Amino acid sequence: MKKLINNTDNIVSEMLDGMTAAYPQYVKRLEGLEVLVRSSGPSPKVALVSGGGSGHEPSHGGFVGKGMLDGAVAGAVFTSPTPDQVFEAVRAVNGGKGVLLVIKNYTGDVMNFEMAADMARDEGIDVEQVIVADDVAVENSTWTTGRRGIAGTVFVHKIAGAAAEAGESLADVKRIAEKVIANVRSMGMAVNACTVPAVGKPSFELAEDEIEIGIGIHGEPGTHREHISPVDNISDTLLGKILAEGIYDSGDEVAVLINGMGGTPLMELFVANKHINAVLDGQGLKVARTIVGNYMTSLDMEGFSVTLLKLDDELKKYLNAPAETPAFVQA
Amino acid sequence: MKYLQLIASRIIENKDFLTELDREIGDADHGINMARGFKAVLEKVNLDDTDTGAVLKKAGMTLLSTVGGASGPLYGTAFMEAGKVIAGKTEISPEDFGAMLGAAIAGIQKRGKAVRGEKTMLDALIPAHEAYTAKLAEGADMIAALDSACSAAREGTEYTKTIIATKGRASYLGERSIGHQDPGATSATIMLEAMRDGMKE
Repeated sequence: MKKLINNTDNIVSEMLDGMTAAYPQYVKRLEGLEVLVRSSGPSPKVALVSGGGSGHEPSHGGFVGKGMLDGAVAGAVFTSPTPDQVFEAVRAVNGGKGVLLVIKNYTGDVMNFEMAADMARDEGIDVEQVIVADDVAVENSTWTTGRRGIAGTVFVHKIAGAAAEAGESLADVKRIAEKVIANVRSMGMAVNACTVPAVGKPSFELAEDEIEIGIGIHGEPGTHREHISPVDNISDTLLGKILAEGIYDSGDEVAVLINGMGGTPLMELFVANKHINAVLDGQGLKVARTIVGNYMTSLDMEGFSVTLLKLDDELKKYLNAPAETPAFVQA
Repeated sequence: MKYLQLIASRIIENKDFLTELDREIGDADHGINMARGFKAVLEKVNLDDTDTGAVLKKAGMTLLSTVGGASGPLYGTAFMEAGKVIAGKTEISPEDFGAMLGAAIAGIQKRGKAVRGEKTMLDALIPAHEAYTAKLAEGADMIAALDSACSAAREGTEYTKTIIATKGRASYLGERSIGHQDPGATSATIMLEAMRDGMKE
């Protein structure tokens, strides 16, 4: 394993310090904690806290700032943060109007964030939560953990964050976040697996001509393997599964996120987007907004995910509202 | 609390093994997270404290704030619930241990919303608890009952190879999770065996 690291035990802490050193205008670190909050401090509005395991950068600390998150909690690599850390984040960002937790649907994340919410409620803080479960690669059933939260989470951060910034109430920010969740679907694939630094070897092995379809963002294997083919074919597979959900109808306006997994050249993401954009156009869907880049990564994994969000006027307004964060700036 | 010391050192020794099991069907961090948590337990918990309930409670809180993932809340809750059963006591009687194991299982089920047969630590712990209680009822001593519990936990862990995961990250694999042994059932078994070996010393 060749990695630009010092000591695997200090990766998360060193990353957070590096991030605050780069973007002091947006973020600061809570003393002694793996938590980034806005450097401007809490304000009298609904606050948003998200987080999860590290290794998904710029998620989630990169989205802390005006118009998006108020706090982000960083767990160990691919490991949910602990309840005490989430609780401290909630406490630090609470501006008196309540706090919304944005959780990705993983057993550990849900348990740790829920325990933190219990702790915060005991202190009299108004806390609500939403759980993002956008990954169509996983079958949704009452007999499983349910779908995973992946890149679609970024749209929740953006849109619910803008709603909070605009002064919407906790109930409304939650309603808007849930509307995003109901209308967002994603699916990803990998050309090569990632390597967790503390493990030192790839999380799964693929032959030279093999790809993994339906991967998550923690190096967990996907739904199946197939022979590598042109990216247009691969995009058709991912998009096909998303469109088969039946929530996108001809004439609908959509936002698209072509998300890199961390090790994929932007060139390849744009190549993928060319075809995806054409397919959506062919389906009669109006692409109101496209975002291409590394937003919800999986360390050095090579691959990408496609996310589709169906928009209405309210979601569109907040998607296009200003944001000032390390990883997402829009005037 | 030499048992706790032994549980911690066995988990730390098995860090790579547990991580490897998790790499196959999960996200390759179970051993790393558990070892980090039990190292913290050895550093932060006063194992010489004679209040066994307090020691277990402190161990549970330490796991909760250091392990992360799903294992942190689950094992943290398990140790705290077990500690409540023997609050204020210095010795663990054979009946106490059965009650502790039962309370730990109830805590894990409540927090994890899981039942037996979902390829989790419960598939080791529930049979272990049943075997332990049955053996005690036959009039066996604690060591013999723990031997039965450990055998049942081993069998339960083997059984996880044959079933589909429906909880946790392994559930995303569906049928592909068959053939792999559950890391959580494995770590639970390692802990029970450490407990038994500690008692034998």
